[in-house]
Amino acid sequence: MNRFQLTLKTCILIAALVILIGLPPVASALEATFYIGLFSRILIYALAAVSLDLILGYGGMVSFGHAAFFGAGAYVVGILAFHGIEGSAVISWPFVIMGTDNALISWSVAAVASAGLAFVIGAISLRTSGVYFIMITLAFAQMMYFFFTSLEFYGGDDGLSLFTRSRLGHMDLSNDAAFYYTCLGLLIGFLLFSRRLVNSRFGMVIRGCKENERRMGALGFPTYRYKLVCFVIAGAGAGLAGALMANQTEFVSPSLLHWTVSGDILVMVILGGVGTLVGPVFGATVFLLLEEFLSRYTEHWMLFLGPILIFVVLFARRGLYGSFVERKADNG
Amino acid sequence: MDESILKARGLTKAYGALKATDTLSLEIRTGEIHAIIGPNGAGKTTAIGQLSGELTSDEGTIYFAGRDITRLPVHKRACLGLARSFQITSILLNFTAEDNVAMAVQARDGHSFKFWKSARTDRKLRVPAREVLKEVGLADRADIIADRLSHGEQRQLELAMALATRPALLLLDEPMAGMGPASSRKMVDLLQTLKGRLTILMVEHDMDAVFTLADRITVLVYGRAIATDTPENIHTDPAVRKAYLGENG
Repeated sequence: MNRFQLTLKTCILIAALVILIGLPPVASALEATFYIGLFSRILIYALAAVSLDLILGYGGMVSFGHAAFFGAGAYVVGILAFHGIEGSAVISWPFVIMGTDNALISWSVAAVASAGLAFVIGAISLRTSGVYFIMITLAFAQMMYFFFTSLEFYGGDDGLSLFTRSRLGHMDLSNDAAFYYTCLGLLIGFLLFSRRLVNSRFGMVIRGCKENERRMGALGFPTYRYKLVCFVIAGAGAGLAGALMANQTEFVSPSLLHWTVSGDILVMVILGGVGTLVGPVFGATVFLLLEEFLSRYTEHWMLFLGPILIFVVLFARRGLYGSFVERKADNG
Repeated sequence: MDESILKARGLTKAYGALKATDTLSLEIRTGEIHAIIGPNGAGKTTAIGQLSGELTSDEGTIYFAGRDITRLPVHKRACLGLARSFQITSILLNFTAEDNVAMAVQARDGHSFKFWKSARTDRKLRVPAREVLKEVGLADRADIIADRLSHGEQRQLELAMALATRPALLLLDEPMAGMGPASSRKMVDLLQTLKGRLTILMVEHDMDAVFTLADRITVLVYGRAIATDTPENIHTDPAVRKAYLGENG
């Protein structure tokens, strides 16, 4: 039984990996390069969804404001690139930060900035729980949305276009396939990191908090601190995804921080499987493919997504991946 | 140094006009099993909550191992060696029995901001966890998800988690709650093996268990301690018989 499931899981993961690696050459051969862009987007949202599942599925923190970190990461890359082209400084006091289009710098700054934002939002939000936590994270994300809307200097409502994609060593990220593989590499890296994380001592504490926070306190764990650190890690992951998103579309706008984006990411996690690491990747894939193809027929494609989501929640509570592949163990 | 590990003076906790505990004073001697008994609503669980730190006392002081812990939060008291079990079983239901106990071992093994090494194969956690499971008689149930354990086994696991933190004082809130006679018997035997090795403060309704196990008993009525003495003396104390055991108790 167990061995069968293990092999089934391994087979599915290998198949998914083969498809993802083989996609760009096949798409190019078939002259359907559009799919490379579509799947880059899927990989980016998958990264954001995995990071959300770290706090949602493993930490039991239902955050409805994940778009704040996603959008903030994107804006960091956009603003740094804007000043990089101008050759001007982002801030000149108390120290000077110059703009840049170097991916190693701007993507790292994006992750760190989102982590910092997550620290502030988390430090306040984690004093609440349940519905209040959902509402307060949503409120913070909306604040960030309006903050970027009001940044007239960086385009306000209209957003900000990037001149080119970031530079990453000798790689040419303006090549869609190269960018795609960069996204794939970062997603796999984040998945492997998360897998170590959820099985580490830290991860066990986080999962314990989801199960029974009161008991964890009685055992001697300062639960608030552990949850906050987990929230910050998830924020960094979403920030990195945002940095990639800015490069994918070469455009950032407040719409990346809109609450519907938080909702979309949440739906991806639920669709794929809460409390599994690979599940959100499948969730993001299914969600964005449905959006892509259904919206060709009708702009009301959500009408079809709705019943699917209801079906999953009612009959496959652990999501598409979680219910069929990884019934019991959720160790990644 | 005196020989009492915990000294509580004048503990009071009021809910509106109702005083759940009323200037309660307790002294637990190192190495004893001390039982708190009293009719329903006497404030026993409230007292445990105040001692463990889940409830803040309106008045009074608590000294634990010579240190004032009156204002310390739960997790800090736990780290000092004050462990508790819950009246309503409070375990990690989706964890295996062994993972539950390993969690408790981990709590005493420094901070847990360790993000890389697997906790599931860590011998520093697993070996002590298995030892404690063996001690409470759950060795062959280690890999079972806690959810699937019987009620009696879950109570044993609850105790195992408290034991695994190697406490200096163990607060047991009705360890026999909801157990049948056979499992109660087993639990009494288990606690008997801990006698002398551990200091235990227990709240319990099962009088047979209390009078078998306890070295001293405190009788609580309306949040006040009306007597603290050995089981023999408690049994014959006229005030206790009147207030609690009933005329023909």
